[in-house]
Amino acid sequence: MRYSGFRVIREAVTGHKGWVPVWRDPEPQPSYDIVIVGGGGHGLATAHYLASRYGAARVAVIEKGWIGGGNVGRNTTIIRSNYMLDGNEPFYEMSLKLWEGLEQDLNYNAMVSQRGILNLCHSDGQRDAYRLRGNAMRLHGADAELLGPGEVRAMYPFLNFDDARFPIKGGLLQRRGGTVRHDAVAWGYARAADSRGVDIIQNCEVTGLRVEDGRVLGVDTSRGFIGAGKVGVAVAGNSSRVMAMAGLRLPIESHVLQAFVSEGLKPVLDGVITYGAGHFYVSQSDKGGLVFGGDIDGYNSYAQRGNLPTVEDVCEGGLSLMPMVGQARLLRMWGGIMDMSMDGSPIIDRTPVEGLYFNGGWCYGGFKATPASGLAFAHLLATDTPHETATAYRLDRFRNGRMIDEKGMGATPNLH
Amino acid sequence: MIIPHPLLGPRDAQEFTYLGDASMIQRPDGTAEGAEDALFNYVYMRDNPAGEHRELWYHEQGDRSWLVVTRNTVTHEITQVELARDVALALGCGA
Repeated sequence: MRYSGFRVIREAVTGHKGWVPVWRDPEPQPSYDIVIVGGGGHGLATAHYLASRYGAARVAVIEKGWIGGGNVGRNTTIIRSNYMLDGNEPFYEMSLKLWEGLEQDLNYNAMVSQRGILNLCHSDGQRDAYRLRGNAMRLHGADAELLGPGEVRAMYPFLNFDDARFPIKGGLLQRRGGTVRHDAVAWGYARAADSRGVDIIQNCEVTGLRVEDGRVLGVDTSRGFIGAGKVGVAVAGNSSRVMAMAGLRLPIESHVLQAFVSEGLKPVLDGVITYGAGHFYVSQSDKGGLVFGGDIDGYNSYAQRGNLPTVEDVCEGGLSLMPMVGQARLLRMWGGIMDMSMDGSPIIDRTPVEGLYFNGGWCYGGFKATPASGLAFAHLLATDTPHETATAYRLDRFRNGRMIDEKGMGATPNLH
Repeated sequence: MIIPHPLLGPRDAQEFTYLGDASMIQRPDGTAEGAEDALFNYVYMRDNPAGEHRELWYHEQGDRSWLVVTRNTVTHEITQVELARDVALALGCGA
């Protein structure tokens, strides 16, 4: 069923009796050409691009829970391409371009809102660093503007400009950045993939990867064995557990990242702001809640909930940046499990096991990468060669010293 | 989280900073045969289990001791806490 304004009106006058389920609920077939493990944003996007751009038939996405229940529905919905390094920026810029055409591609309203993302700076050194980053972005075709304090004040007069310790000296603005309704991304990709014949199999947990003579044969699941010519694993958060089923160790630790929503407020914030003196980022949802987050909790965790010290720390950051939030109450908070990689950058690559492909290590930047990750992973699965924007995301880069370390933190996953 | 410090009793986890997997106590000999592989695995590769995990915590806002904490990464339950010094000496790599 194609969605359109006309369709909405027709359903409105006929009692909304014509809507049908958005995707099928198929029984798994005995085998597929390509099985994607993980029905999150990245896995579903991979399936969509495999079917729509690479003509792959007989593709299945296997999800242990339900579509939209993992990290794709747990993030703070921000999209941007404000990276600096050559290995990253072309990839994230492609992702932003795919976001810009996503709704037309999927025929699904994902509420892509390019409301601008502003990274605030609080010292001369930080402004220099942002100038460097902004120039790097522009060299790769992205947009970036360096704002002075006056321009920032005109945009967001309520910020704490004259703080004695962290005065706001300006900011780096990417106007094309913004937010997307994250659930709609999962649903839109699922619907689009399903409409091209991809089987989306929910409530089906992978319990083993069957490997013989160095070649993957398929996956053992809670609903039986499913054969596969190729298996693509896109289960960030649980990458180490799934890849261990094929005997592989990864340069990844799993950490919990919390996100928060305040009670609904009248419109106060029309863009995305990040605090440069602490780790805090905030936007306002269309329902009115301030959606914000900060650092990961900092220790290995597979629990999808965090601890209170981080809640306090994030709220302190918010209060020092925009003191008015002290009047709002915290409504909800939740946690998601991140693949924290050893250099802060992701991995999209083949593995030593033939036919087994890996997509993970997204740290806490996975949501904005969803379309590009799906396209690059689909390209890899279909052609056995890396996508031109993802050539640096190799699994062996840690061994040969080709790290992509935006923050320059070294092999300390909890600091990226 | 409360970490039961072997010398100081129960302490709030906020007093600590976290390093990671306790296997980092056993730094491979960089001059030995096959050191390149051993160091690569030591620096970059992790087991990253869901469940019991032995990990290094530093009591930065306290007595500045390193601890080996055995904690469940799914439930956050802490089942054992040792001084990292004792663990290292028992492994013969603390001399």
